[in-house]
Parts: sequence; C-alpha cells; structure tokens
Amino acid sequence: MATDVVGVRIPLRTAGHDMRAVKVVLHREMLRFVNDRTRMLSMLIQPVLWLFVMGTGLGSLAQGAIPGIDFRTFMYPGMIAMTVIMTAMFSAGSIVWDREFGFLREMLVAPVSRGAIVVGKCLGGSVVAVGQGVVILAMAGLVGVPYDPALMLTLLAEMFLAAFTITAFGVTLAARMKNMQTFFGLMQMAIMPMMFLSGAMFPLANLPSWLHVLTTVNPLTYAVDPMRQAVFSRLDVPPEVDATLNPGVSWFGWQVPVPLELGLVALMGAVLLGVAIVQFRRSD
Amino acid sequence: MAEAAVAVKGLTKTYGKIEAVKGVDFEVAPGEVFGFLGPNGAGKTTTISMLCTLADPSGGSATVAGYDVVRERDEVRRNIGLVFQDPTLDGYLSAEQNLRFHAELYGVPKTLVDDRIRQVMEMVALWDRKGDKVQTFSGGMKRRLEIARGLLHSPRVLFLDEPTVGLDPQTRSAIWGYINRLRRAEDITIFMTTHYMDEAEFCDRIAIIDHGEIVVIDSPEALKASVGEDRVQIQTADDEAAIAALRDRFGLEAAVREGQVTFAVASGEQFVPRLFAELGVPIRSVSVSRPSLDDVFMSYTGSTIRDAEAEGSANAWMRAMARR
Repeated sequence: MATDVVGVRIPLRTAGHDMRAVKVVLHREMLRFVNDRTRMLSMLIQPVLWLFVMGTGLGSLAQGAIPGIDFRTFMYPGMIAMTVIMTAMFSAGSIVWDREFGFLREMLVAPVSRGAIVVGKCLGGSVVAVGQGVVILAMAGLVGVPYDPALMLTLLAEMFLAAFTITAFGVTLAARMKNMQTFFGLMQMAIMPMMFLSGAMFPLANLPSWLHVLTTVNPLTYAVDPMRQAVFSRLDVPPEVDATLNPGVSWFGWQVPVPLELGLVALMGAVLLGVAIVQFRRSD
Repeated sequence: MAEAAVAVKGLTKTYGKIEAVKGVDFEVAPGEVFGFLGPNGAGKTTTISMLCTLADPSGGSATVAGYDVVRERDEVRRNIGLVFQDPTLDGYLSAEQNLRFHAELYGVPKTLVDDRIRQVMEMVALWDRKGDKVQTFSGGMKRRLEIARGLLHSPRVLFLDEPTVGLDPQTRSAIWGYINRLRRAEDITIFMTTHYMDEAEFCDRIAIIDHGEIVVIDSPEALKASVGEDRVQIQTADDEAAIAALRDRFGLEAAVREGQVTFAVASGEQFVPRLFAELGVPIRSVSVSRPSLDDVFMSYTGSTIRDAEAEGSANAWMRAMARR
C-alpha cells in the first residue's frame, strides 16, 4: 500500500513563494466566509434593515426638507460604506480568533515573511468586504440609483480601497489582542463614533462647528464622501438639495477634490499596513 | 560522523528574574529519536520554542539541521516540522484544506503537493476523511492530522511537544505506531518532549531535564542500568538450598519475598542461563524485571515525576499567593 516516498525539497524563499503565501491566506479568508452562512446572512440583513427600515422611517420625517430625492438614495452610499467597513473589521478580527485557537502559530512559524501573511489577511478582508458590497450594489435600483456601469465600477474600486484600509486598521488593532471580547469592545469604541461622524448616516452640511471639525479629522469621512459624490453625479437633483445632502469635504473653505480624498485613504492604508507588519514581526 | 541534527551549547532563557533554562548542552544525531523528559515546568517547552525559532535565546547558541536558530531563522523553519501541545488546526476547514494551506505557506513545489498530501494522510489513516471539517474530528484524529501536516514539507527534524498528552491510551499507542513507521519510511530526526515515563522508552536517547537543567543524557537501557541491578525472582523446589547456593556459588544475597526467592543482579537476562546451569537446585519459574524510567527519574532528581509536578504547582500557587 505504501507508495514511494515523495521527497520534497523546499526551494529557497523567493518573491514567488511570498506571493503563494499571500494567495493562500487570502484564499482561506474567502473559504472561511463562504463556509460561514450565518455570518454572511447577518451581514446582508443589516444594511437592508438600515436602508429600508431606518431609511424609510427617517425619510418620512425628512421629506419636506429635501424635495425631489428619496432619503434612502442619500443613505445608499453611506450604507455601502458601512457594510464594507463592518465586514472588513470582522475579517481583521479573525486574527484574534486565529490566535485564540492556535492557528496563528501555524502561520507565524512558516518560512515566509510576516509581511506576506499580513498582506494576505488585508486583501482577504477587502475581497470579502467588496463581495458584501456587491450585494448592496445590486439593490441600487430599489432606491433610485441607476445601474450605470461606470458608476458601479467606480463604487467597487472605492469600496476595495476603503475595505483595505479598514482591514489594515483592524489588523493593527488585533496584532496584540489576546481575546475576541477585548477586540470587539475596542472595535465598537473606535468604529461607532467614526461611523457617526463620517456622513454615512446624516449629511455633514450645516453642522455646528465643533462637529464639523470632528468630521474633517475623521478618516472615514474621506472614504464615504467619494462614494456619495459618485452616486450624486449620476442623479438629477436640484442644486440646493445637492448642497445640503452632498456638501463634500472642505478644509478652511477649500473644497477637497475626490482624487485627494482617495489618495488620503490609500496613504492611510499603506501606513497602517506598515504598522501592522512591524507589529507582527515583533510579536513572538 | 554526519553533522548533528540538533546541536545546543550553553543555551539559556530567562523571563525577567526567572531562569527557565539554565545553560543546556546536547547534540542529537541525524535519524535519532531524542526525548526530553521532565515534569511540567522543567523547561522542556521553552527549550523546544528556542530550537523552533519561536523564542529568542537569552544566551548560548543552537543549530538545527545545521542552521543557527537566531541568524538563519528561515532556513531552520524550512527544515523543521512542528507538532505543538495545543492544536493549531483551522476547525472550519477540511483536513485536506488545512494541509493545502500548509503546503502553500511552506512553498512545497506545486507538482508535488497532491501526491505528498495523499501520502502523509494515508500514513496517519485519514485519507478517507480528507473532505471532513476538522472540527468534527476527535482529539486523536486532530493530533494525527497535525503530525501529517508537520511532515508535509519533508522536514529534516520533526519536533513533537508532548504529542500524546490528553489522549486515551489506545490513541496514544496508535500515535506511537505512526511515529515508529515514520522513522522507517523517512530520513528524519525526531525531537520530542514527554512527561510520560512509558513513552520515553521509545526514544533512542533521553535527556532528563529538571529545574531548567539537564541532569543526564543516555539511552533508556543505559539509564536503567546505571540506576541499579535487575530484580530476579525464582520459584524453586527447595528455597533454602537455592539461597545457600546463590550465596556460595554466585556471591549473591537472596531472600524469600512474596513467596519467591528474590535477588538483585546486573544484566539479569544474561544471568538466567548461568543460573540454570550452575544453581544445582531445580527451578520452576523465573522472572526478571528491570528498573523502570520512573526509578531512573527518581534516582537522578530525588523525586518521582509526579512529586516534582506537585511541588512545581505548589510553588506556583505559593508565588501567586505571595504576589497578592
């Protein structure tokens, strides 16, 4: 029965080997997500609740103030951002889970760079988050957003960028955490205010100045605003309503252009990724 | 002589003020099964962690498969397989997916991955369960899968940290069956820790470690021989005459214990033929018992392994109380 021994001689570490490591860590994230039906379902139900229950409820209040547009249309890009952010955070949290259940050790003793593992995790979180986002994109028609291919592609790219940065943030947080409760506690504490102040739930125009300052220093604002700008550019909205709902972000009266916003998000992602890698190099 | 599979010189590890490992020296030859035997908290796992590049030594040096554990960390990692005390499998993935993950992470050449996975899974008799999620596996199956995974990239040294702890006796003996087959099938050195005395007997050589220091290193037979002589018990037609004959012809002091003539002699098995030839009293039965590793541990450390563990946990408790 015994076959000949298949001798394996592992070649020296190369960039190709690190790529394989990135790919397999990414692949595992996706397998884990696909296998976990409950998580998939709950992640899908949440935005639907927000959009169609909260959105409808608040919309009936706001109707008079914003003629010519459904409040849910306003909320739509915010909900995309929220779904992507929550999913990305959960993916990052799986590192804590891996540590608790020992699997992280299997990864950390492998002859690959820690960088490859962290990059794989971040890409995995991003892909899963974008996957969730696609489902929300499919609902665009229900809230009056046109299925414009260019818009969809723009949103997908922006989702990916936001998801990557958030996962990197989550991984940085998770690097030293020993248990899930601490991580989720901290995550709630960090994400909730950032979400409230990002413009995902209410428009950032006409806020009191202290709140306005907080929204401009909130990194999430720069991830949400490009999505809203993309959606509103395809809508036919009266200018005064547009000014209320889609004011953009301004620094001392200067309107920050979308490419700069995206650049900021990408820069933060890169820095956080670097921090996460350094954390994992040291965590022995 | 071939280069040592593991060579350790003056290795120390301190955590704050506590010296977990106090300068150990030893070498493990290629192809050997080398056992680290000692009570919990003796420094076994700390030593293995340093050899596996998971902890930096505080002092001294060590090479594994010819590579330095500090300076050539990646080379060491490429050449070792690890089975930890605690499971490190992903329960949500299937057995095969766990192995595939490992193969990719270790850069096993793509053309070999399928064959090699099949081979190691057949070795531990899990091939027919390859598609099942690991969370449905029993403790013994998980441990077998981890051993298979540790072998997947054909390491030159396999580290097993308490490979059978927490398993039932039947599973333990099955695991030992796999390890023994593995020795024959692959060109591999096995370094293991255990605190089960009976398992240490499977090793070629044993290092007894206590309080962070190596007390003695030798083969199980030599260790047992060093402890004392074998105990021989005989049933004879005439016990009085047998005792007298033993004293006169062999110079051995014997006495009747448990209804049998009992005496101690070095290399008891070799002594039995002489006994039959020269005693001159008919012998009805004979039994030879050798000292156990428990006796060995006892004679080198002054306590049984259980006492040592109880003392260790009592000390830990005292320290915990003192800290309050």
